[in-house]
Amino acid sequence: MIGNFPYLVVGILFVMGFVGLVFEKNLMKIAIAMSVVEAATNLFIITLGYRSGGSIPVWTMAGGGSSRMVLPTPQALTLTAIVIGLATTALMLSFVMMIYRHYGSLDVRDVRRLRG
Amino acid sequence: MNPLSVVARTVCNLFAWFLAVFGIYVIIHGHLTPGGGFQGGAVVATFMAFLLVAHGGKKMQSWVKKDIFTLMECGGLTLFISAGLLGMSNTFFYNFLAKAGGLFGSAVPIGPNPGALNTSGTIALMNLSVGLEVVGGLSMILLYMFSGAHPEESLGREEAGHDR
Amino acid sequence: MKARIFFLISILLVGGLLWTGLQAVHPFGIPGETPMDDYFIANAQGEAAANNVVTSIVFDYRGFDTLGEGAVLFTAVISVAALFRKRGHN
Repeated sequence: MIGNFPYLVVGILFVMGFVGLVFEKNLMKIAIAMSVVEAATNLFIITLGYRSGGSIPVWTMAGGGSSRMVLPTPQALTLTAIVIGLATTALMLSFVMMIYRHYGSLDVRDVRRLRG
Repeated sequence: MNPLSVVARTVCNLFAWFLAVFGIYVIIHGHLTPGGGFQGGAVVATFMAFLLVAHGGKKMQSWVKKDIFTLMECGGLTLFISAGLLGMSNTFFYNFLAKAGGLFGSAVPIGPNPGALNTSGTIALMNLSVGLEVVGGLSMILLYMFSGAHPEESLGREEAGHDR
Repeated sequence: MKARIFFLISILLVGGLLWTGLQAVHPFGIPGETPMDDYFIANAQGEAAANNVVTSIVFDYRGFDTLGEGAVLFTAVISVAALFRKRGHN
């Protein structure tokens, strides 16, 4: 059980981000909670590809660790996921700025009209 | 946004260029050491953000315009797609420059070795183009969000008569 | 008071689902059989002529995903630029 500690950390982070996403009333806190959920997902993908006692999958000046390398495919997929998370966060923060400029408040209970 | 104090501005003038050099190193050596286009592009965009925060918005907009970054971003994506289309004789994105003896065309000895810069074909070209695109894109996001948060500080536009 | 009960029930539900799901993953550090990654590690220097296996996966073996990622980044930048237009911009 204690050997699977990274998976426990992923679970705790995900639950914390999910609770913040569903139960918060301030728009900036919702954006921050979404960023925490994305971080938990990326961490999960990376820790799936670890081989105990392995080194990085790079052949430049690889010493004795070239017999066991960690799996390179999850790292390649996480690169794409991080860039997509960045694009999502940039657009979310831009929308929060426009909502504040239009309505004057950041409370999610005030932003209820369908046609502004 | 007001510029920060003299201490912050002096430290920025001294140390921001290390960020730029390190970012360009990470982009260029993407096929030899850990790194590549996306990571190095993010480091160079941090250099732009550092200059923006330390010197204030007015000086930043007198140094760079937004058109340079538009050109970098569109040029980067076009170069990436054309590097994929040039290998179309086999498949889309075929590595037609690897081990062919021309630009970036040497072969790599199998096993651990100190890396040579001349290797790995279209991967090196794609690293450079993706680095250009990420630098241009992230800097444009920064400049647009800054001009949206402070709409009275942009140069060269008549701002009188806005009711927002 | 009702909000607190709802809060606790949702935490327990999501936590319970995650706990059950994370038991089925392989133990940390022992991935089992990996034929695809062994092929990549053994043949990346021969076919793609690059020392960095991760970069050769991102740009050579799976270059199409990187094209999609470039499109996502481009779309995000264009959307931010379109949101912050000034009024009266023709």
